[in-house]
Amino acid sequence: MTHTPAGPQPSPLLDRHEELGAKIVDFAGWLMPIQYAGILEEHRATRSAAGLFDLSHMGELLVEGAEAGPALAAALVTDPPSLAVGRAHYSMICAEDGGIIDDLIVYRLGETRFMVVANASNARAVSDALAQRLDGFRAVLDDQSLATGLVAVQGPRSLDILGPLADVDIDAIHYYGIAEGAVAGVPAMIARTGYTGEDGFEVFADVARVHEVWDALLEAGRPHGLVPVGLGARDTLRLEAGMPLYGNELDRSTNPYEAGLGRVVKLGRAGPFTGRQALEKVARDGTSRRLVGLALRGRGIARHGYPVLADGAPTGVVTSGTMSPTLGAAIAMAYVATAQSEPGTMLEVEIRGAPVAAEVVPLPFYKRPA
Amino acid sequence: MVPGDLRYTKEHEWVRVDGDEAVVGITEFAAHQLGDVVFVELPAVGRSLSQHATFGVVESVKAVSDLFAPVTGEVVAVNDALGGQPELVNSDPYGEGWMLRVRISDAGQLEGLLDAAAYEQLTAEG
Repeated sequence: MTHTPAGPQPSPLLDRHEELGAKIVDFAGWLMPIQYAGILEEHRATRSAAGLFDLSHMGELLVEGAEAGPALAAALVTDPPSLAVGRAHYSMICAEDGGIIDDLIVYRLGETRFMVVANASNARAVSDALAQRLDGFRAVLDDQSLATGLVAVQGPRSLDILGPLADVDIDAIHYYGIAEGAVAGVPAMIARTGYTGEDGFEVFADVARVHEVWDALLEAGRPHGLVPVGLGARDTLRLEAGMPLYGNELDRSTNPYEAGLGRVVKLGRAGPFTGRQALEKVARDGTSRRLVGLALRGRGIARHGYPVLADGAPTGVVTSGTMSPTLGAAIAMAYVATAQSEPGTMLEVEIRGAPVAAEVVPLPFYKRPA
Repeated sequence: MVPGDLRYTKEHEWVRVDGDEAVVGITEFAAHQLGDVVFVELPAVGRSLSQHATFGVVESVKAVSDLFAPVTGEVVAVNDALGGQPELVNSDPYGEGWMLRVRISDAGQLEGLLDAAAYEQLTAEG
């Protein structure tokens, strides 16, 4: 397979995926595996044992310097200086009008060193916005996206699989923590984060050696029931876990409060940040629509873009929907009018012209057993 | 290998002629392309179908695809098992995964369908 410079960026693990018989798609400008054996099998393996994910398309942006913390506090809706070294939090970068440019994970790697992980589709936009917002601070942005490979192992067996391959005690890493170490002899950063609703780890390694990490995890994981998992099952896993996907639940015309993510926005802190004024107003006035979970009570599957009705009148739109492999029932997320957003409210989803009953239910749809 | 005794459409439905009736399903190629089938919507018994018109949908985890009637006729039976076990479309597309039984109105339409060799060539061209 050859790739022209103008074409999509091949994952550093593309040859592995092809050997494993994956179906490859162009996703956000990257050639990535959408599925291997099948979405249902991959989904179930992640819930019952473990899944191995190639996330090398994600953007890794290092922010470093004496004022790296204050610079990020002014650029994002969260307060990264409040993080202890080795800890991370979920964050967002918003425009002046409060619209979401991207949702992010911010890791504090050192006193004056942070890593911001952005969605592949927004990595450039985030990099550009951060570069602009860092101006005037003693902090520099170093976009390491193309130099960094990322592999995730997710599921109840993750600890047993990754533990023996790591040279640090990974069980000592807290949820939303990160540690430096080595995996299969490859220098890596190991984070206890993920996008599946399961316990698991994300391993950042040099793009030139990430295949060694992939190979070691696949081999060590097989006896535990680990399978490689593509972007298809990644989507059904995150949807069951009630996690938003940028482009579906989040976009430039959506603010964090509508998305049910108001708790992420730290208005209680001092100092300005981009979007603060607009977000304070939203927090004060409330929102006219809300993101909700829907459980379909009639036959059919709600899909992205399908209209949501209340007693036959339009009230919103489905942002994501699928047949939940774990629950065996059709589930969806949707924006609906705030008046119709309380759990227990009966609505309808219009599927191919016909209304199908759907009940507003609390998110997430799936919570892993304690 | 596609079964030699069936007729096919370019939209990947198959037809097994049984007297004046036609049993209809989707091919193994189509089922594989779709991935795991999780939902099948079929017409009610008694409905009239027109050749080439949509008669239902098949949904995988990721995608929704229309089903097209290979012949004109009246639906005399539907495979109710697919309501609870849509995965039969993947595991046994030419057998337990059948979808409809249709009373054929115009047997001449069967001549316009592809035979196994022609269908195999179609899928080989991708």
